[in-house]
Amino acid sequence: MAAPEADGNSIEFQDVSVRAGTSAMREIVSDVTLRIAGGETLVLLGRSGSGKTSLLKLINGLLIPSKGKILVKQKATTDWDRIELRRGIGYVIQEAGLFPHFTVAENVGLVPWLEGWPRPQIEARVGEMLRLVGLAPDEFGARRPRELSGGQRQRVGVARALAGDPPILLMDEPFGALDPVTRAELQREFRALAKQLRKTIVFVTHDLREALLLASRIVLLKAGRIVASAPRDEFLQLEHEEVRAFGASLSNQAGEPA
Amino acid sequence: MSAWTFLVEHRGEIFVTTAEHLALVLVAMLIAILIGVPLGLLIVHRPVLRTIAVGVANVFQTIPSLALFGFLIPMPFIGGIGKRTAIVALVLYALLPILRNTYVGLTEIDPAVLESAEAMGMTRSQILFRVRLPLASAFILAGIRTATIITIGVATIAAAIGAGGLGTFIFRGVALVSNGLLLAGAIPAALLALAADFLLGIIERRLRVS
Repeated sequence: MAAPEADGNSIEFQDVSVRAGTSAMREIVSDVTLRIAGGETLVLLGRSGSGKTSLLKLINGLLIPSKGKILVKQKATTDWDRIELRRGIGYVIQEAGLFPHFTVAENVGLVPWLEGWPRPQIEARVGEMLRLVGLAPDEFGARRPRELSGGQRQRVGVARALAGDPPILLMDEPFGALDPVTRAELQREFRALAKQLRKTIVFVTHDLREALLLASRIVLLKAGRIVASAPRDEFLQLEHEEVRAFGASLSNQAGEPA
Repeated sequence: MSAWTFLVEHRGEIFVTTAEHLALVLVAMLIAILIGVPLGLLIVHRPVLRTIAVGVANVFQTIPSLALFGFLIPMPFIGGIGKRTAIVALVLYALLPILRNTYVGLTEIDPAVLESAEAMGMTRSQILFRVRLPLASAFILAGIRTATIITIGVATIAAAIGAGGLGTFIFRGVALVSNGLLLAGAIPAALLALAADFLLGIIERRLRVS
């Protein structure tokens, strides 16, 4: 369970809509109201284009709502200093987005460095983070991202997101581009890590299997709207055609919705 | 007198003229870089300015070089006879490759990298100086390399408006139908271009992160 003080790390969507672009009047997120409690691992599940990534980007201010507001730690994202807001939120994306011109250690130490930590403290933190994600600092610290496998890059991406010890972690299909074996390995390790860290985690995926493995609660999106929301164990019992469509995907060998 | 003995006998003069040529190129390139790179940064997020800047730079490149030198002569301040006019023309020629490569280098960066940089809470200037520019540097240098080679060639024509340099030999060689004079201008110009290509190529490869 979340510690009482962790509840300060909640995220709240209040009737949020987002329009795509200035000329296109298409809504990519429509009337979303959602409360994410501090310390919970919420999975946003949906097909491509369902608006799940947009919801994630609304939290760290990469997207601005056209209607409604998002409260992070009880303060609207538009009232936050955007830099300060983002330094307190870890972000992991599918291609990892590591800086190719930085070493692994420099990538992981990015936020502490931005925050002006003294060098020895950064180095200690980088070592700690790399060990946390199962990479030996001596072996990997000096490498460049291109010298890593896909799985190792994702591990570095997670280490970088955690380095500044943010209370909130956003993950956008972080394991989506990995081979099935590596993906399963990272999912298991991440589940253990998430339990240990007790952060507020918002995790985006289109893979129901992954959602069932990692989530404490699953929110299902379709065409920019929330269509279902339930604790993990109750999710498959929901009476909704989109839930059934995702449920059917479990019996597919690929494990992904058609 | 064979061309070879001409070159040997006039080596001192050839050396001085080559240095003069190189100085012309270096000054022009320095100015072109100081204008082209910041302008390239400026147009990344400004589509209208981009169309204008690239369009204008493109037009200068299409004007035959001899004509451009000619057009500049009657211009106030930047015109007239001599080195200053030549440098203005050379800068205008060098601008396009530098501008274009700076812009392309800055926009070709993996969007995932820029998105993470933003999401990690880097400021705009941190993203520019710590991410965009370092990742674009190989591209920018490739533009500088192309521009330098063009400038070394075009600078030979600057002799037509009295700016000196290796073109002096070439124009005299054409007038006197002297292979020795032609080669005294052409060979050092070719060697300069090859050397610039080689040296800048080395730096470019060192900057490249794949």
